[in-house]
Amino acid sequence: MAAKTLTIDGKQITAEEGETILQAATEAGIKIPTLCHLEGVYDIGACRLCLVEVTGTPKLLPACTLKVAEGMEVSTDTERLRKYRRMTLELLFAERNHVCAVCVANGHCELQTLAYSQGMEHVRYEYTFPKWNVDNTHRLFGMDHNRCILCTRCVRVCWHIEGAGTKNVSGRGGKSKIITDLNQEWGDSESCTECGKCVMSCPTGALFQKGSTVGESERDRNKLEFIVNAREKKQWNA
Amino acid sequence: MGNTAPELKQPPAKAPASHPSGDKRFKILEVHMKKLQFKQDALIEVLHKAQELFGYLEDDVLLFVAHHLKLPPSRVYGVATFYHFFMLKPQGQHTCVVCMGTACYVKGADKVVEAVQNELKIKAGETTADNKVSLLTARCIGACGIAPAVVYDGTVTPRQTPESTMEQINKWVKS
Amino acid sequence: MILNDLIAVKEKELASQKKIVLRCCMAAGCISSDSKGVKEQLEIAVTEAGMQDEVEVRGVGCMKLCCEGPLVAVDPKNELYVKVTAENAPSIIASLKGGKANVEQTDPDAAFFKKQLSIVLANSGIVNPERIESYIAADGYLALHEVLNEMSPKEVVEAMTKSGLRGRGGAGFPTGLKWGTVAKSPGAKKYVICNADEGDPGAFMDRSVLESDPHSVLEGMAIAAYAVGADQGYLYVRAEYPLAIARLHLAIKQAKSLGLLGAGIFDSPFNFNVEIRIGAGAFVCGEETALMMSVEGKRGTPRPRPPFPAESGLFGCPTLLNNVETFANVPAIYRNGAEWFAGIGTEKSKGTKVFALAGKIKNTGLIEVPMGTPLRTIVEEMGGGAPDGGKIKAVQTGGPSGGCIPSQHLDTPVDYESLGKLGSIMGSGGMIVMDEGTRMVDVARFFMEFCMDESCGKCIPCRAGTVQMHNILDKILKRKATGRDLAKLEELCDMVRNTSLCGLGQTAPNPTMSTLRFFRNEYEELLQPDTFGAGATHSQPVTK
Repeated sequence: MAAKTLTIDGKQITAEEGETILQAATEAGIKIPTLCHLEGVYDIGACRLCLVEVTGTPKLLPACTLKVAEGMEVSTDTERLRKYRRMTLELLFAERNHVCAVCVANGHCELQTLAYSQGMEHVRYEYTFPKWNVDNTHRLFGMDHNRCILCTRCVRVCWHIEGAGTKNVSGRGGKSKIITDLNQEWGDSESCTECGKCVMSCPTGALFQKGSTVGESERDRNKLEFIVNAREKKQWNA
Repeated sequence: MGNTAPELKQPPAKAPASHPSGDKRFKILEVHMKKLQFKQDALIEVLHKAQELFGYLEDDVLLFVAHHLKLPPSRVYGVATFYHFFMLKPQGQHTCVVCMGTACYVKGADKVVEAVQNELKIKAGETTADNKVSLLTARCIGACGIAPAVVYDGTVTPRQTPESTMEQINKWVKS
Repeated sequence: MILNDLIAVKEKELASQKKIVLRCCMAAGCISSDSKGVKEQLEIAVTEAGMQDEVEVRGVGCMKLCCEGPLVAVDPKNELYVKVTAENAPSIIASLKGGKANVEQTDPDAAFFKKQLSIVLANSGIVNPERIESYIAADGYLALHEVLNEMSPKEVVEAMTKSGLRGRGGAGFPTGLKWGTVAKSPGAKKYVICNADEGDPGAFMDRSVLESDPHSVLEGMAIAAYAVGADQGYLYVRAEYPLAIARLHLAIKQAKSLGLLGAGIFDSPFNFNVEIRIGAGAFVCGEETALMMSVEGKRGTPRPRPPFPAESGLFGCPTLLNNVETFANVPAIYRNGAEWFAGIGTEKSKGTKVFALAGKIKNTGLIEVPMGTPLRTIVEEMGGGAPDGGKIKAVQTGGPSGGCIPSQHLDTPVDYESLGKLGSIMGSGGMIVMDEGTRMVDVARFFMEFCMDESCGKCIPCRAGTVQMHNILDKILKRKATGRDLAKLEELCDMVRNTSLCGLGQTAPNPTMSTLRFFRNEYEELLQPDTFGAGATHSQPVTK
């Protein structure tokens, strides 16, 4: 493998031929924001967050699929790129129902983290408030389409690593939806191996393990009555 | 992942040679797939044939295709819903496709659609309750020289107006 | 088949030609006006008049003036009958015996026809698209023979580069350069694909070429395959064009039976097979990487380039992808020489361009003009201006990826660079004329809705950005938007254009941007005043 020398954000680095800009930058300690990228599965260049500027190329190119070349000059953090990244995130937040406060992924959500790190303070676009359902039929996992950003990481791990092909995308455009088998309930799936890789790969709260949602938090109302009676009436008949 | 071991499930049933329903159309579809050597990249050709035979693509048909091409059902469903030509629901006895290409649009195709929607009380893409008429719109049928064009049951008809369209539709409704 | 056989077919066909030929348009437009019935009646009338030996009734492809169809031309009398019906058609036969034809005529030497220069459409309306002999009689497959016997693949590519032909699908990439790249790409298996997924609403050039002269496309594909070293071709046609598909199937069958497709063409070691793949209603499949996904039987979602299809395309092999009109130019270039072709058009845009003229204009139909022809010549002289004395407001080119050119720029020559400067594109050739009654914001919304519905949904800017832009345009039309909304719209146009994955998203803002550039007042007239607070945009902080 031949080595290539290139410049990323003014820093001279060497990389192996065949490496992507994202790999080369990561090795050099330069962080490029990503969302649809997932280490270990093939890249699709869909989320457009890792777009970079390359001197001599009018178009912005995704770092996750762009291969290194000798003498390349790459900028990953220009004012223009930062602006586009913020707008991309705003568009995602306005597209479906991302309500962090009641989300299973609150605090460990990649979308939320990116919004903070990219300085997206608020969403200027109108929320579309679509009505998406939640598939809770699987005995171990659930899928909330309201939180889905269609990054297709789940589809790719199911296909590329597990090899089951249970998940795919149906429809197109804004009506795209992650499906299980023939768009049936997850619990009825014949092909799902219940390996859980899709849940692990999900960057948001769209795929989750059962028992972890806010709605599932158990509240024993009888205990409240017991304490009230104990404190006020001095009766401990639990 | 998870502490509980996944339950063992029966492997998916092997593709039946023909369809248990005995419907001959499945046999024809299978012969067609065989002609295409059951090639997975022929999926779209196979779906075209299936829709030609059955009128629309119901789950049963999609599953039959998936089994024979040895593709995951999710892939077949994903392809069938990506392309607007494929119908997953049955259509009415008659179809009225109004071309909404640019040339037809600037010449009043939107008025034609509006008229039909108001008269039949259905939206574009829907079928009347008595299952007689489906109203559809097309992106462009390439008949721009004779705009606005409407396709009645497969027959392209030039220079349509809300009146001429309703005249044709009323014939169907009364039949 | 060797050259002598080909010449024999040609001579036999010419010898059997009758004294009088009635050419009857059998393209989809005229068929919808019952040209089949017209042809039948003409045939009956010829038999009844006992003129079978001197008169041929020939079904031909598009005769271009679609608005006046069905059309019937009489050779060699140079008469052109319009709006022919099954009832009045027999009177044309009567006129051959000195009677009077009770059918409307139009002047075949009118500007609409005279200003045209036919290369791609040279056979359209002349040859019978359902008979390969008819194409061979018009020197068909001669270029393929010459290329296979007298030129090396390298020379074929060089000649293409010299001709200056640029891709007719929209972007105008130099064809010779593309062929050269595929030819040089290493790989034992290579493919040639013809993009016949003409998805632009308002464009029907490719449909007409396929219906009228399918063999020219097949011959062009075969020459390209020889140049790049491919032995397998695919024709990707939209399902909306059933007649084109039927004629292509027939043409492939006929070419195979004569040994002009298949193994050992013209007794050379060159093999080439063509398969038809039928699209299923997805505009995005006009994009080359999406089209290849679709040929592979998958969801037609585009992928980032590089790698370009020339290096890694269909099934991972080097693939040459050109559109119908590009391939249809190829045989003529090798028949007449690259210099001949390079002598037509402008410095940077060579040859001719076919346009589908439609909308609010008197003469609608197909025109082929040399590159560099001013828009005014096309719209006013050939098209006859707006109907009923109306005034032309703008000309839309390039469909959902193009823009609206206002009437003050009608003197612009039609070539890739000039249209680009005006914020539009050549596109595949749809040309929709709009008159004073057309509201430009409505046009912008129409195209944005189109892009929104046709977005594949893979990348975020196109999937979610078109929805937001469409909503703002809708809000403006409903007189509910303010200056802030307009600013947001413009910001989104810039963002979606620069960050989308494929051409669909990158060009989706074009109709909006071009109407904003030339008709900004129409937007501003609809805006509401910005009131402090009340017009503030919906905002919601991200919770911690």
